[in-house]
Amino acid sequence: MIHTLEPILREHPFFHGMEDRHLQLIAGCSMNVRFEAGHVIFHEGDLADHFYLIREGLVSVQFVVPHRGLTTVLTVGSGEVLGWSWLFPPYRWHFDARTQQPTHALAFDGKCLRAKCDEDHDLGYDIYKRFMQIVTERLESTRLQLLDIYGNHA
Amino acid sequence: MATMLEQIEVVTAGLVPDPMLPMPYRIQRVKQETGDTFTLEILAEDSGKGFSFAPGQFNMLYVFGVGEVPISISSDPDDAPLLKHTTRVVGTVTKAMRQLKRGDTMGIRGPFGSHWPVQEATGRDVVIVAGGIGLAPLRPALYRLMAEREKYRKIVLLYGTRTPEDILYRPELEQWRGKFDLEIQVTVDRAASSWRGNVGVVTTMIPRAPFDPTDTVAMVCGPEVMMRFTVMELLKRGVAPERTYLSAERNMKCGIGFCGHCQSGPMFVCKDGPVFAYSRIAPVLGRSEV
Repeated sequence: MIHTLEPILREHPFFHGMEDRHLQLIAGCSMNVRFEAGHVIFHEGDLADHFYLIREGLVSVQFVVPHRGLTTVLTVGSGEVLGWSWLFPPYRWHFDARTQQPTHALAFDGKCLRAKCDEDHDLGYDIYKRFMQIVTERLESTRLQLLDIYGNHA
Repeated sequence: MATMLEQIEVVTAGLVPDPMLPMPYRIQRVKQETGDTFTLEILAEDSGKGFSFAPGQFNMLYVFGVGEVPISISSDPDDAPLLKHTTRVVGTVTKAMRQLKRGDTMGIRGPFGSHWPVQEATGRDVVIVAGGIGLAPLRPALYRLMAEREKYRKIVLLYGTRTPEDILYRPELEQWRGKFDLEIQVTVDRAASSWRGNVGVVTTMIPRAPFDPTDTVAMVCGPEVMMRFTVMELLKRGVAPERTYLSAERNMKCGIGFCGHCQSGPMFVCKDGPVFAYSRIAPVLGRSEV
């Protein structure tokens, strides 16, 4: 008997409320992955051919700032999404992603999923809406970080 | 028949302490908390006099010859008469305050204002969201909640600050986390790669924090921008506006709703606040001049 990842996908907050037929299509592009703490999942500039749904663990999104070294700009934890560069040309990562803890995730083949989105625009629309929500939330958070609201501005 | 003036004199002569008269307090300890924050631990010179306050209330701290500032009480309400006030060096008075040493005297008026709904939260989940030095006014509520832990269901503290070096009360946070009956999640806005914790704004922790939004009391304190976005996330999660409380900060002067400096719409923050239910303060939150 072949077990698919569809039931696990259904439970993840990112896919909450998605139609079964879409989940079945997506499950065909997914696999379970585990990373040890300190593992580099991807490097800035590398081909962005996957995205990840974190089931358990913590991943730091980092890049090197001259004179400051490796700087963490965001962490992604349980229930969250890592990576959207697979959606847009030139499909290259803009940051490094490094696990802070042993991390259990679902990995999705970006090329496979893009092909399915091209074939089924309803699926594509649904996926893009979900990623738009993530992008919007990250943009809002980044704006708050830029405001430096805890700084001493008096 | 006594005149009104005579009646007032009778009241101020003994029955009720004059709320405008600072009482002398002696500094027991000045503790540097982070790079720009410190805590003053003080005791009344007349140590026989008790001092009781409710979590969330503030005092007016007077540095003689310099000026007076409102600062929330950050000590354990059950530790009175020892009072602690944590503040940041931001202006003339707090700069002078930082120069004070053990044995110096300062003036205290208070306690003033409303308090966190610690009793009202009995039997419910409690989520506390603090930003930066906003953890200080919430610490008395945490002490009280932990002292009566069995009265509450889940207690969750979500704390966001600028960098790992700016984390306030770190030893206590570690101690509370070790008790396993308080969920503490800390995040910073930016960090070097050596930091092993969360990075991101505190609002991002709300969607997945372990509390039941339908039966939760939320207490929020931090910079106003942070509170506005926090409240949005709490409401999105399903926490009721009337059970979402936040501590407003305005230019408090007299502390008794008399001078009008802290008036915000129809409310005096010093008297009606600083702790408000969101449902009450929503119309004036985020407006620059009201």
